[in-house]
Amino acid sequence: MSPIRYLHAFTGVVKREFWRFIQQRSRFLSALVRPLLWLVVFAAGFRAALGVAIIPPYETYITYETYIAPGLCCMILLFNGMQSSLSMVYDREMGSMKVLLMSPVPRSWLLISKLLAIALISLLQVYAFLGIAWIAGVEPPLLGMITVLPALVLVALLLGAIGLFLSARIRQLENFAGVMNFVIFPMFFLSSALYPLWKMRESSEWLYWICQYNPFTHAVELVRFALYQQLNLQALAITLGTTTLFTLLAILSFNPERSARAVPVRG
Amino acid sequence: MAASSLEIESVTHRYGNRIALSDVSIRLQPGRFNALLGPNGAGKSTLFALLTRLYRVQQGRILINGVSIDHRPRQWLAQLGVVFQQSTLDLDLTVLQNLEYHGALHGLSTRAIRERAAQELEWLGLADRLRDRVRSLNGGHRRRVEIARALLHAPSILLLDEASAGLDVASRRAINDAVRTLCRERGLTLLWATHLLEEVQPEDPVIILHRGQVLAQGSGHALCEAERDPSLGALFERLTATGEPSA
Repeated sequence: MSPIRYLHAFTGVVKREFWRFIQQRSRFLSALVRPLLWLVVFAAGFRAALGVAIIPPYETYITYETYIAPGLCCMILLFNGMQSSLSMVYDREMGSMKVLLMSPVPRSWLLISKLLAIALISLLQVYAFLGIAWIAGVEPPLLGMITVLPALVLVALLLGAIGLFLSARIRQLENFAGVMNFVIFPMFFLSSALYPLWKMRESSEWLYWICQYNPFTHAVELVRFALYQQLNLQALAITLGTTTLFTLLAILSFNPERSARAVPVRG
Repeated sequence: MAASSLEIESVTHRYGNRIALSDVSIRLQPGRFNALLGPNGAGKSTLFALLTRLYRVQQGRILINGVSIDHRPRQWLAQLGVVFQQSTLDLDLTVLQNLEYHGALHGLSTRAIRERAAQELEWLGLADRLRDRVRSLNGGHRRRVEIARALLHAPSILLLDEASAGLDVASRRAINDAVRTLCRERGLTLLWATHLLEEVQPEDPVIILHRGQVLAQGSGHALCEAERDPSLGALFERLTATGEPSA
C-alpha cells in the first residue's frame, strides 16, 4: 500500500473524530465548563486557604488561578483521553468498529491515527479554555501559548494512549463509571494539578510519593514549564517514556476478536 | 477481469469447548449469487467473521484465487466488500460522511470517494439522500447505504450476512434484486447468507449450513433432483430436521 493511501486513511480517521465532535456540542461545552468551574469557583474559594510560594517556573508570587491553569489544561486532555476510551467501547458495542477492522491499512496505523485525531480535538478545547482563562485574569506569556503546543500534543497522546489501552480492558459501556472512579479522579487529584507537591509532602509523605509516581504529575509539570517558555527535562523524559509505553500497550492489547464478538452472533 | 474464486477448506472453529463450525468446506461459484442457507445458530455469522478476518482461522484454510488469506491479509481485505447482519453505519453521521470514512480507510482520496459514492447511490436510488443523516433513513435505505459502502472500493467479492433481516417483504425483494443485478453486471462473486428460502432461486448455487456443518451444496435444481425432493424448501426442512448431510 502506498504512503498516500496511509495518509488518506489517517485523514479519514481524523475527519470522523471531528464530525463526531461537532455532533456532540454538549461534549465541547462540558469540556470547557468543567475546568472553568474549577478556575472560577474552586480557585476563588481556595485562594485564601492555599498560599503558593515562588516555585519554578514562576518568578514571582502568583494567584492560585494561575497555578492551577496548566493542571486544568491537562484535565481537559485527561477527560478527552478517557472519552476516546468510551467512544472505542461504544463503537465496539454498536458494531461500527468492524468498519475500522475491515480496513486493509495496518491496525497499528489506524490506532495511531485515532490517537492523533483525539489529540487534535483536545487541543482545540485547551486553547478555547486558555482564551477564556485569559479573560478571567490568567495571563501567561503570549509566546508561552506557542511553546506549550508541543507539550500539549505529547500529553494528549499520552492520555489518549491510556484511554485506548483501557478501552481494550472495558467490556461494556456501563463499566465506564469505574474508569471515572479508578482512573480519572485518582490521576487528577494525586498530581500537582491543584497543589504543589511540597504542600502535599507537608501533609503526607506517602501521598507525596504516589503523586511523584503518577505520570499525570509530570505531564502537568511539562505543560506548566512550557507555558512559561521553559523546559522541564525530567517531566519531558517521563512523559515521553510513558507515552511510548502506553501507545505500545494500546496497540498490543487491541483485540479484534473481542471487538467482533461484542456484537451478538446469531447466524 | 475474471471473477474471483473463494474456497473454504476444512475450517473448524470453536468458542471454548463449543464447536461453531465443524470441518466446513465450501467452494463459491465465481461471478455468481451464492446462497448460504441456514437457520439461526447455523454458524453463518461465525463463517463471516472468519472470512472477514475478524476471527483468526483456528483450523483449515480460506483461499482467494488459490492463495490463503493468511498470506496476503491486506490484499484480501482490499478486494472484499461486506454487509454485516448488524448495521455498522454511524447513525449520527450523514450518508456521505459514512461513505467517506469507509473509503478513506481503504486508502481512497476524497475526490475518488465522492465520485464513486455518487455513482453507487444513484444506482441504488439514494442519490438525493447523500447529505441526510443515516438516523433519518428507514431500514431498507440504510441497507442500501451499506451496500453502496461495501462497493465503494470496487471489491471483487461481496459478502452479505442476513442483509435483509428486519426489513419488510418489498424492501427484502428490492435488496435481493439489486445484488443479483450486481452479480450479472459486474461479475462479482457474491455470498448471501440467509435463513429465508424465498430469497434463494432454484438455479442459485446453494450451501446448506446447519449446526456448524455443511449438509449440502450445489445448485438448487441439482440438489432437489439428486435428493428427490420436490423443492428446495422441502430439502432444507428435511436436512435440517435430521441434521444428516445429503448423500
